Amino acid sequence: MGELALVQSPGVPDSPVVTVAPGWALGAVAILGALVLVAGMLDGALSARSGGGPGVGASGAARPFGEAARLMRQRRRTTVQADTLLWRVGGAGLVVTAALMVAVIPLGRWTIFDLGVGVMWFNAMDVLVWALVWLTGWGANSVHSLVGGYRFLAHGLGYELPLMFALVAPAIAAESLNVGTVAAVQDGLWFAVWMPVAFLVYLLGVAAFSVWGPFAPALGSDIAGGVRAELSGVDGLVFETGRYALLAAGAAFSVPMFLGGGAGPLLPDWAWVVVKMLAVLSLLVWLRRRLPAFRPDTFMEVGWMVLLPAVLVQDLLVAVIAVWRA
Amino acid sequence: MVADIAFWGLGLVAVISGAAVFYVDSMARATYALALSFVAVGLQVLFLQQNYVGVVTILMMVMEMAIMAVYMVMFMGMNPALTPMSMVHSNRTAVATAVLTFLVLAAGILLVDWPTRRGSPPPEVTVSLGEALMGPKMLVMAVISPVMVATIVAGVVLAAHRTRYDRFGDDLKQRTPEDPQRGGVGR
Repeated sequence: MGELALVQSPGVPDSPVVTVAPGWALGAVAILGALVLVAGMLDGALSARSGGGPGVGASGAARPFGEAARLMRQRRRTTVQADTLLWRVGGAGLVVTAALMVAVIPLGRWTIFDLGVGVMWFNAMDVLVWALVWLTGWGANSVHSLVGGYRFLAHGLGYELPLMFALVAPAIAAESLNVGTVAAVQDGLWFAVWMPVAFLVYLLGVAAFSVWGPFAPALGSDIAGGVRAELSGVDGLVFETGRYALLAAGAAFSVPMFLGGGAGPLLPDWAWVVVKMLAVLSLLVWLRRRLPAFRPDTFMEVGWMVLLPAVLVQDLLVAVIAVWRA
Repeated sequence: MVADIAFWGLGLVAVISGAAVFYVDSMARATYALALSFVAVGLQVLFLQQNYVGVVTILMMVMEMAIMAVYMVMFMGMNPALTPMSMVHSNRTAVATAVLTFLVLAAGILLVDWPTRRGSPPPEVTVSLGEALMGPKMLVMAVISPVMVATIVAGVVLAAHRTRYDRFGDDLKQRTPEDPQRGGVGR
């Protein structure tokens, strides 16, 4: 296999970011964990406020801790002829996918995995969610969770192409699929400002692949919790953590793609990245209660008749501007 | 060294999970065994420095398998294929064909006088691959794409039993189409 060594890594010529030692991956996972906790606490506080009065068990900002303690003590539920392998792969895969997304997101000047096609990598990871959510629904051998899995795929057909073309816009403007380069070329004018349609569709896509807010019918109470109907104990905890982690990773990826990366006055660039991540994440958590659910059976038409043409026109405008500037 | 072991390990995963497609007894397992096989191949392609091709392989194949699982469960075997079922049929013909194909391909590998490498790989492998594949045939590719899309659209139109007259009335004057599945943009 000497040929492998002969092909020198093309890497990313004059990359604007520095690749740190692989051990820092633990640091990246820790940041992701902290974002999950913040999102969980904020969601708990918001749901306590909208519910009014104390709920059952831990509520408010303490809810994620109370929920974790409750689920870890819960006995694991078993179902008849469950496909346990696929079920566990699906449930545990979400949090792994979120960690793999974070690998290509630079924190200011530092990155763990400076991949030349980082934007495609993120896109491939968000497609993995299709498989994982459906497998979680399938594995339990239960009608309600399987219906939830199909609901998610129905949403997927509607949101995935608009999301892909939303990611195309910054890549065209930067003439690169490298995440660090996309962040670096936004000096002075953030992509969110002059490609707002792509930014909005991207945020909608993040909510969608996190089964969040308007895209939560796959977990709907009308089908007894859908995909997670039969999840219990630590399996349920891991699945929920995975959803929050995907939401956090999606929010984090929007910073280099649309919000200028670490650009900002006074604070160091890594601090600006964290501030922007928290802002986008809080917005997504807050929107959960502000938007109506998209019905899985009719969302396809919204995706293909409204979102897809809108984002394609956005891409065309960005391409024309990019050619005109060059 | 580590890269070599990882490369061959991924190759092993790809072959074994490819074989598992025919060994397992559930449509979901068969579909996702195939997905795993493709993911392993995609990761191998990353080792060959074809980063774009590798990541796109993973992306497209996982998406395709997620959709294929739905169709497999819907249409295959005892309908619906929610119960355990065999993934093989026509065993004798299949075994004979497989053995014969293997022998022919293996003989080809051993008998062909393989050329030795001239020069070294260019720095941008993906770019040169794209130019080698498409470069002089770009016009052909550009023509084929719309023809293929037109074929797909024509196929769906011919296969659908409802026509525009069913949707928009006999004189095509109805403003909103009458569809069994209403859409999400007010139609």
